[in-house]
Amino acid sequence: MAATEQEILEGLGKIINEITGIPATDVTPEKNFVDDLDIDSLSMVEIAVAAQDEFGVEIPDDQLKNLKTVKDVLTFIQN
Amino acid sequence: MRIPDIAPGAKVLALGHYQPSNVVTNDDLAKTMETNDEWIQSRVGIKERRVAGPAESVEDMATQAGGKALAASGLSAADIDLVIVATCTLETQIPNAAAVVAHRLGIRSPGAFDVNAACAGFCFALGVASSAIRAGSAKNVLVIGAEKLSQWIDWTDRSTAVIFADGAGAAVVGPSDKPGIGPVVWGSSGDKSDAIIINDRHDSLHQEGQTVFRWATTALHPVAKEACERAGVDPSELAAFVPHQANLRIIEAIARKLGADQAVVGRDIVTAGNTSAASIPLALSRMLERGEVRSGELALILGFGAGLTYAGQVIEIP
Repeated sequence: MAATEQEILEGLGKIINEITGIPATDVTPEKNFVDDLDIDSLSMVEIAVAAQDEFGVEIPDDQLKNLKTVKDVLTFIQN
Repeated sequence: MRIPDIAPGAKVLALGHYQPSNVVTNDDLAKTMETNDEWIQSRVGIKERRVAGPAESVEDMATQAGGKALAASGLSAADIDLVIVATCTLETQIPNAAAVVAHRLGIRSPGAFDVNAACAGFCFALGVASSAIRAGSAKNVLVIGAEKLSQWIDWTDRSTAVIFADGAGAAVVGPSDKPGIGPVVWGSSGDKSDAIIINDRHDSLHQEGQTVFRWATTALHPVAKEACERAGVDPSELAAFVPHQANLRIIEAIARKLGADQAVVGRDIVTAGNTSAASIPLALSRMLERGEVRSGELALILGFGAGLTYAGQVIEIP
């Protein structure tokens, strides 16, 4: 069975915490990676690579730049 | 037909390096472009870099570094019969740098050619030098990595201007009874040739930062491990890991995945910037000078860059 949105959010929170040190509880759907979480473009690549390992969904660089919020990533992974 | 007695091994006999005297700090760059010290340090790990003057060429820097390595080796110019310069930033296509540098160092009529494998060039050249010695094609080889990136950079483009720098590093390689240079593991990914590119002679260097970062942090640690395996060296036996000084975050990611926890990791980029093919011999020579590594210890070197190209091998530190 595919992971629920809540499970993906928790997994993503853990990944972002490991890569950037940002508390996983701060990773909520409405947050913008750049403006709210201050995550830079290289950390986004690390997050995408870790998310691929965790959820089995590849996020290519040309797609990555369109994923502005946590919700965008949740939707991308689910679809 | 016959071939000469083949040397059982080759090793690095000595290292040397040269940096231009002009230090450019992050604050200096912040005066001319939209950037700052914190931004640069957090993204690429560089505090300052060296930039050559208008009159200082790749060949000038290569000659300086090569001369120092030659002096440190105890050999004379007459002992060198092959000179290889790894570079991708010459001002013109001909003549090659190797013949010019050899002449300036008083090395008479050696084999002389340049290698362009961008930032991986030194490891490619060292692999060729080692093979040439072991095959009897050369006795002692001067291998130099030298770059003047500053003349191929758009100094208004903060995505590249903060990263690249100038400098040179060199190694004298000679025969030895036991191997001092492990088998080179080399390869390329031409499908990503657009990721780091200078389009024509009037263009500047462009880099797709995220593509290169993703590739470097996911595709290269297996190459590092394979270079160890081919040399029969466990990563735990490495005293040093000196990858191309591309970006501190890339360096640390590869080091973490290599798992050589006890090894000193080359972080020369902090004060030298990214000097492409020069970065590995420059870093290693400076680490030896500072006493961070010692003669006889094993180091893994790993070059990677435009092409995309990559090459690495285990070497004994001279």
